[in-house]
Amino acid sequence: MSYVAIKGGKAAIDGAAAAAEFLRGDDDSGEPLKLSAIEYQLRLLTSRVVSEGGVYHPRLAALAIKQFQGDTLEAAFALRAYRSTKPRLLATPVQDSANMRCIRRISAAFKDIPGGQMIGPCYDYALRLLRLDLANENPEAFQAVARTFLAALPEADLPDSFPKVLDALRSEGLLPPVAESLGEPFDITREPLVFPVPRSAALATMARAETGSLLAMAYSNMRGYGDVHPTVAELRVGYIPVMAPHPVTGEPMEAGEVLVTECEVVAMYESGKTGSLPTFTLGYGACFGHNEVKAVSMAILDRSLQKGMRDGPGNPSEDPEFVLLHVDGVDSMGFASHYKMPHYVTFQSDMDRLRTTQGKARVADQAPHMEVKA
Amino acid sequence: MNMHYELPLEEAGYSFGFLDEYAKKEVRRTILKAICIPGYQTPYASREMPMGRGFGTGGLQVTLALIGPDDTLKVIDQGSDDSVNAVNLRQFVQLTCPGVEVTEKQEEATLIQSRHRIPEVALTEAQVLVLQVPYPDPLVVVEPSEARRKIMHAEADYSRLLVKLYEDIVHFDEITISHRYPTRINRHYVIDPSPIPRWDVPKLDQSPALILLGAGREKKIYAVPPYTVAEPLVFDDVPFRVEDFRDARGERRACARCGATDSFLDEYCDDTNAKIYQCSDSAYCGGQLVLQQRETTA
Repeated sequence: MSYVAIKGGKAAIDGAAAAAEFLRGDDDSGEPLKLSAIEYQLRLLTSRVVSEGGVYHPRLAALAIKQFQGDTLEAAFALRAYRSTKPRLLATPVQDSANMRCIRRISAAFKDIPGGQMIGPCYDYALRLLRLDLANENPEAFQAVARTFLAALPEADLPDSFPKVLDALRSEGLLPPVAESLGEPFDITREPLVFPVPRSAALATMARAETGSLLAMAYSNMRGYGDVHPTVAELRVGYIPVMAPHPVTGEPMEAGEVLVTECEVVAMYESGKTGSLPTFTLGYGACFGHNEVKAVSMAILDRSLQKGMRDGPGNPSEDPEFVLLHVDGVDSMGFASHYKMPHYVTFQSDMDRLRTTQGKARVADQAPHMEVKA
Repeated sequence: MNMHYELPLEEAGYSFGFLDEYAKKEVRRTILKAICIPGYQTPYASREMPMGRGFGTGGLQVTLALIGPDDTLKVIDQGSDDSVNAVNLRQFVQLTCPGVEVTEKQEEATLIQSRHRIPEVALTEAQVLVLQVPYPDPLVVVEPSEARRKIMHAEADYSRLLVKLYEDIVHFDEITISHRYPTRINRHYVIDPSPIPRWDVPKLDQSPALILLGAGREKKIYAVPPYTVAEPLVFDDVPFRVEDFRDARGERRACARCGATDSFLDEYCDDTNAKIYQCSDSAYCGGQLVLQQRETTA
């Protein structure tokens, strides 16, 4: 008698991989996707994968997007696994986002922010009408898009960087003074989260969280399971020069730049420490790439979690354990997927319990007057 | 990124054991701590592996941190060496750990990674068993907050777990926990022994082999050291019971393939849609057949 149990695993895995690869190649155009096309034309997709993968490498992110046929969870996952093979060489000092080379910076708090509003690339005010002319875009017209934009650009004397809106509010005494740094930031890639965790651990966890998960948690707070009521003091998108100590001299030097989205929200005021005036409270969000929904959601959750850490959670979005242990895309998608694996043994065991319990219930039914054992 | 940037394609190789050396050292130190405090869920910074969380990333990190070129590895899932996930994990270890031997024979293995089963044949002092763990904390059924559970474990406060077992008996006249049966280690910490059936729980007690349990997603490692007391949580008057493989007449069902009546069985339907039973531990089943063949030829 043959073994019916579990046989042929290798052939099954190989077959599954071949079938998935077939679908990737099953394109009449015969044109494989170029990594640069993914990185630039699908830049928001690449942004998402870079941020959720926690590795700033847009070209590898593009490769992962191609390999996993556009699945952001899988692509971010592949970047994370790649990261596991790399040692941590050094920790950068604190980077100053005031040095950001902005492509966009706006404030919902003031019209007249120091340095001015710069709307930059966004779809906030776009009409979501399908542009059917993109369906068969001819290469010449496509190549002309960037050329035309640059040619039409006025000779602007844009500064290299913009002052932070929060600094203006702070100088007016509307915000609490900047807290003393509480020492080394928590590295979530080298330390497990054991609650209670410091704010830096929460920020790091959210910075590489799955966008949709963060949005759902933050939205619950916006709708009424919470009361952050944020005002976006500043949202900026741009390139931050990454300063790292020179390997020989130790002097800070620019090692490169990373595209970052940063959002600072101001929320309802609270009474200050004894003897000081009440001030607005703050929430901070930042992530790799251009992903504004993620940065805004994170800023709201930072604010709600600070409240929860101080007063105890009144809502799910104020509970550090609830938020931080459920927003990681790699963890949650992995676990959701694992339910598809064989669970024959545990299910056999489940059936044993159910049948035994049913058997006892049947006996009890048939003998209604029998004394039930205490 | 620079338009003209090219990926360095020649850097595709991985170091022995996939993880960087610092990560492996960290996992080994966590394992040592876990052995020193039997049953304690030792937190560690679990790394992402190239397979899904829930597919054995915790067990795999333990295996990769321990394995050396002179080891012989056996990987099983649902008792079988040929299950999809077992094949996948074994291929990955072969890819990233050159020199490591793999085997399906239990007696040849120095290291055994398993999901959902402990092999039928007793392990030896020369072997280490690594179990993959989806839920490391048995208290999660009664307390969702990890911070509060940590305090309960420290105080060995398992009263709410016992109440749950008691309520089961009141509702169903039977403890309904089928697998992942809460088990007390060294008379202090209660562990989730991973989703092994109740059938396998007694094998934890006084095991000659070191048993390591790795939860990758939940970032915990815990251990049942060799020759340690492991007791399923029960009441004095309600004994612990393993799965019942007796038929309607009360006779122990036998494996349809090897005839064993002392193994955990999986049930299937044959071509005529009749129910049949076979050993879940495929290596054990094969071994029994070999023994029978020797007896007939002798």
